[in-house]
Amino acid sequence: MISNLTILPVLIPLIAGIIATLFHKKLTLVRIFSQVSTIISTIVASYVFYYVIQNGTLVLESGDWMAPYGIVLVGDLLSVTLVLTTNIVALAAVFYAPYSLSDEQESFYFYTFYFLLISGVSGAFITGDLFNLFVFFEVLLMASYALIILGGGKVQLRESIKYVLINLFSSMLFVTTIAFLYSVVGTVNMAQIGQRVSEVNQSGILTTIAFLLFFVFGTKAALFPLYYWLPRPYIAPNPVISALFGALLTKVGIYSIFRVFTIIFVHETAITHQFFIWIAAFTLIFGVIGALSTNNIKLIVAYNIIPAVGFMIAGIGIYNETALSGAVYYLVNDMIIKAALFLLVGAIAYLAGTSDLRKMKGLIHHYPMLGWLLFISAFVLAGVPPFSGFIGKLLILQGAIEANEIIITIIGLLVSLLILFSVMRIFIQGFWGEKDAAIVPNKPLARKLMLPVAFLISFSVFLGIGAEWFYPITEEIGNNLMNPELYIKSVLKE
Amino acid sequence: MEIIMAILAGILFTTGVYNLLQKQLLRIIIGTALISHGAHLFILTMGKLKRGAPPILDKTITDYTDPLPQALILTSIVISFGVTSLLLVLAYRASKENGTDNMETLRGNQND
Repeated sequence: MISNLTILPVLIPLIAGIIATLFHKKLTLVRIFSQVSTIISTIVASYVFYYVIQNGTLVLESGDWMAPYGIVLVGDLLSVTLVLTTNIVALAAVFYAPYSLSDEQESFYFYTFYFLLISGVSGAFITGDLFNLFVFFEVLLMASYALIILGGGKVQLRESIKYVLINLFSSMLFVTTIAFLYSVVGTVNMAQIGQRVSEVNQSGILTTIAFLLFFVFGTKAALFPLYYWLPRPYIAPNPVISALFGALLTKVGIYSIFRVFTIIFVHETAITHQFFIWIAAFTLIFGVIGALSTNNIKLIVAYNIIPAVGFMIAGIGIYNETALSGAVYYLVNDMIIKAALFLLVGAIAYLAGTSDLRKMKGLIHHYPMLGWLLFISAFVLAGVPPFSGFIGKLLILQGAIEANEIIITIIGLLVSLLILFSVMRIFIQGFWGEKDAAIVPNKPLARKLMLPVAFLISFSVFLGIGAEWFYPITEEIGNNLMNPELYIKSVLKE
Repeated sequence: MEIIMAILAGILFTTGVYNLLQKQLLRIIIGTALISHGAHLFILTMGKLKRGAPPILDKTITDYTDPLPQALILTSIVISFGVTSLLLVLAYRASKENGTDNMETLRGNQND
């Protein structure tokens, strides 16, 4: 009975989304309803998180079909941690939305699609079935298609076509890959696939399928050389939508890589995981070059998604407990700080009236708090101690040294410096300098926009200073990821 | 039978990719539709093709086909149907707003 808890983080947003369609024109009502529902969903997610820490993995066999036959939902420590983080990001977004979106955008079902997105993301984190993962991918992608064109501007429509096409293509490839895998192992349950692959020893065909899956998830996660589609569509919609995309969508791809390459394809690490380290190195370098190449503050943040993904892939490529727990730490940190940065940059662009860095100056005179929030979040992003980015990166690089991967360590350290520089440019050029007399400060609006950002950044600071509390959890996740038989045993109950 | 189906799926994939690489929006959408057809045929083939056997497990039935691929295809068809219709509307609106359906000119520039 208690295992029904697993599905609640998917179900609550789904139902809330459906209810929100009923009164989408009554803005005050729909706002309050959405805020309350998101708070409830966060509380439930926290309870599930707490329950799993106390009692271990939750497995829901839907419809009471035994594990390998029916669809299973698995709430293990990694899944519930990410679901809770998703809800925290959603909480900040829902309180930011009314001040950032126009009334028209809000009434055109923003909240419905927002809830469907959260539902899809939570579902993807929680499912234990590869085909079901595809279905949840589609749920969240459908919601994201609707969100990206919300408002229907010229640029939005143009960029959304590219976004939809690339995602549609990779989804079709995903289905094909599942068909390949099904013909080889005869199941789509991840635990059972893992079990069967270890029984037959990963043969050449399975390694090929592994690379196909990596290609699919790599496209969603924006890895080198598949990241080219990401930056522009991500900055086209409203900042609150960009924040949801930047914080959640690529991370689902990363999570899928984590799952598949720690449970299923773990027998040829010399081929697959070594390849990931190279991909990670290129992703880090090219992402940060992109971030340095532009003067558009939104693009700077969008490009910064790519090196962050690179760090996580390096963690899975190094493949030891330290690096994996570091990668999970970094994943949680990055979801929160990317959302904060997108919301922050959206606020800056709105308050300054431009997103071009060359036209900005002296914003610190009008909005000191905004400047310092950006300053802190740049430090969190680059991994300056004592913030949370530091601990994740430290563990990943420590794992790299343990595994004698010196090149990736050096690249990681250099790229961190460049990341700091790329975000500091916004602070230096936008906030320093002469007071811009043309700006009429709008303090009350700024305060309302800053509150959700401050909430997210305080979480980041807490994850950094409270590492003593959070690190044991990621350490256990790292341990679980290194021992896939634990996951398989808890799902198949053998 | 499986070989023929696999070749057919392969042909659908190649024509789909060819169309995907065209400049005209409508051709690209037809390309995605062809690829999804190819993927669906492929799933069906992967579950082994058998004639005259129902996808039901029952005491009276001894010869049955694997029902799982059929369930997967059904889900996948519905999804690709939905996405294709959304894409058609999107392409129509985008070409109206931007005044072109040529991907070369839909590229965008640094300033917006």
